[in-house]
Amino acid sequence: MTERYVIAIDQGTTSTRCIVFDRRGQLVSLAQQEHKQYYPKPGWVEHDAAEIWRNVERLGPEALRRAGATIDQVAAIGIANQRETTVLWDRATGNPIGHAVVWQDTRTDTMVGRLEGEPGAEGVRHRSALPLATYFSGPRLRWMLDRHPGLRERAERGEVLFGTMETWLIWNLTGGLHVTDVTNASRTMLLDVHTLDWSPESLEFFGIPRAMLPEVRPSIGVFGTATAAFPGVRIGAALGDQQAALFGQTCFAPGEAKCTYGTGSFLLLNTGAELVRSTHGLLSTVAYQIKGEPAAYALEGSIAITGSLVQWFRDQLELIASAPEIETLARTVTDNGGCYIVPAFSGLYAPYWRSEARGVIVGLTSYITKGHLARAVLEASAWQTREVVDAMNADSGLALKTLRVDGGMTADNLLMQFIADVLDVPVVRPLAAETVSLGAAYGAGLAVGYWPDLEGLRRNWHRAAQWLPTMEPARRETEYGNWQRAVSRTFDWIQA
Amino acid sequence: MQSIERAAAVLRLLAGGAGRLSLAEISRSLDLAKGTTHGILQTLRKVGFVEQDRASGHYQLGAAMLRLGTGYLDVNELRSRSINWADPLAARSGEAVRIGTVLEGQVLVVHHVFRPDDTFQTLDVGSLLPMHATALGKALLAYGATPPARLDRFTSRTLVGHRELAAALRAVREAGWSSDVEEYTPGEASLAAPIRAYGGLVVGAIGISGHVERLCDSRYHPRPQLVANVRDAARAVSRDLGAARR
Repeated sequence: MTERYVIAIDQGTTSTRCIVFDRRGQLVSLAQQEHKQYYPKPGWVEHDAAEIWRNVERLGPEALRRAGATIDQVAAIGIANQRETTVLWDRATGNPIGHAVVWQDTRTDTMVGRLEGEPGAEGVRHRSALPLATYFSGPRLRWMLDRHPGLRERAERGEVLFGTMETWLIWNLTGGLHVTDVTNASRTMLLDVHTLDWSPESLEFFGIPRAMLPEVRPSIGVFGTATAAFPGVRIGAALGDQQAALFGQTCFAPGEAKCTYGTGSFLLLNTGAELVRSTHGLLSTVAYQIKGEPAAYALEGSIAITGSLVQWFRDQLELIASAPEIETLARTVTDNGGCYIVPAFSGLYAPYWRSEARGVIVGLTSYITKGHLARAVLEASAWQTREVVDAMNADSGLALKTLRVDGGMTADNLLMQFIADVLDVPVVRPLAAETVSLGAAYGAGLAVGYWPDLEGLRRNWHRAAQWLPTMEPARRETEYGNWQRAVSRTFDWIQA
Repeated sequence: MQSIERAAAVLRLLAGGAGRLSLAEISRSLDLAKGTTHGILQTLRKVGFVEQDRASGHYQLGAAMLRLGTGYLDVNELRSRSINWADPLAARSGEAVRIGTVLEGQVLVVHHVFRPDDTFQTLDVGSLLPMHATALGKALLAYGATPPARLDRFTSRTLVGHRELAAALRAVREAGWSSDVEEYTPGEASLAAPIRAYGGLVVGAIGISGHVERLCDSRYHPRPQLVANVRDAARAVSRDLGAARR
């Protein structure tokens, strides 16, 4: 019997990866390529969608080669992608129109402020279960249509197409299938989260032509067959990266939660078939939908800047040569020396949603060394997690008992220990840190029968590491108080 | 070898110069063809001895050059780069995985993956193991680390003679992997293989440990399948760190 594999395409914010998984959900090979980040103005972040597609075309065969596998051994492809990033392209030529506008981009802040006051805004909020914010793709799409003369007319004629990254990749993989999945669609503000289709009222509110939108499909179910990059292989799943991580962590039951530490960090709690509306600044989102079954929903706490703070420390301050060295530098001191960094680089996300906030470093004295700054960088990720967990506990009425973590930053032991300390719950890493890719692979494998059912996937989950809280309660409270005071210093920096 | 001589000249030039130098300046100064100079610079950049400024494209000495005397690979970097291969090793072998480097004559555990049976286990990253009595330690000793002066006894099987140990290390170099069978803890065994970076330099070791009955056959020989799993993982990490395929 030839061994068969599932391939995940993880199209992330800084890089694209193709990962080959085996039947136990273990990584067999990986190929990765970073893509260029464009920062044309402060607050603007763009990607070249054509470059990203070229990377996928190259990485697919490379990952297979490294696994020593051939294309006919691949049972299915799953896609996990950076969410809310907005791509426009020409239906006839397939060429992107301008750069993709990335989820971190805040160019729409003035427009969003204006839209918030318009009649109909409340309806959009209700149907999408999201607050009006620069984070989501709907406002971004509206901005692009406003900005480029003639674009809206071409979009109305169906000549210009919109998609988030998975839509763009599926279009290219299949040579012209224009579809999205419910999880990505739920991040546009244009979806009605109950009907799971585009809301005509919301489209009208944002002034977006229906003709440019992809068809909304379940996340898990065969989308089509690839003709490029992986010719002949079925595309079995597409999920937003955070929903993919929830799925990869096998959080299939209501009450199960995970936090993925990447560029930003995202805590998702499965709430089952019921949509829970947050009163504490969290988002309600679609967790996944298996074809033929009702959707599962999740509460989400999104933190904009965690890993990217380490990258900033490396690339902009040049205090370390590689991201993992932050731990080495942080261990040169025993505490933060009274210094706190609040990375509100593009405003604050959950639970504050303050787009006018900007970052601060507070508590600076002549005592502070780069080691203290490194500590403050790591601690910022932990305190932001604490704020989101507090909000989640309040919304769900349950206290989180353990936190399942994944993502590249789980390699940082100091950070993981600090998270356990400030949350006062055990932090657990599963035996597959690449849960975003794994979730996409799981979805794709389920869709084509490579894995039989959710129970089978659950049996693949094992604990690889655990950090237990050791911090004195009094110190935890003092430090949390300091952090919250530091956060309050970021408010109202950008003046309208 | 001419290329090494030229590389040394490039490094001396960069060390002596004020600030960053362009490709043209370097090739002119050394009277070398631009293509040759570029090739040398790219290789030096790959190993971290030279850095290229992103904006100007000019060259300067790299951070690795300044740290030549102190181990060149940051331990947190090593963990970060090997985490994706340590997990599959634990899954395939069913045993706990550790990655170690040398710290002052002992093995420093830089990464630890629990045995995947969901029993209670404690993370021991940061703890120290004896070099001569563990598979991780022997893999490091076999490829250049200095053995401690005193070889402490932990069990009746611990190798406490320097001659005995040297013979064992020769066997490790021949086989490409190491083992400890009840040499540190009665009833326990471990297997390990070296992690190599560019040029074949050994920067750490990765291995599994567990009950001797699971790791070894009835004649106390390590099971070939587990040895293969450990070596595959070591090769995968090495490949990611830039070692040539071997």
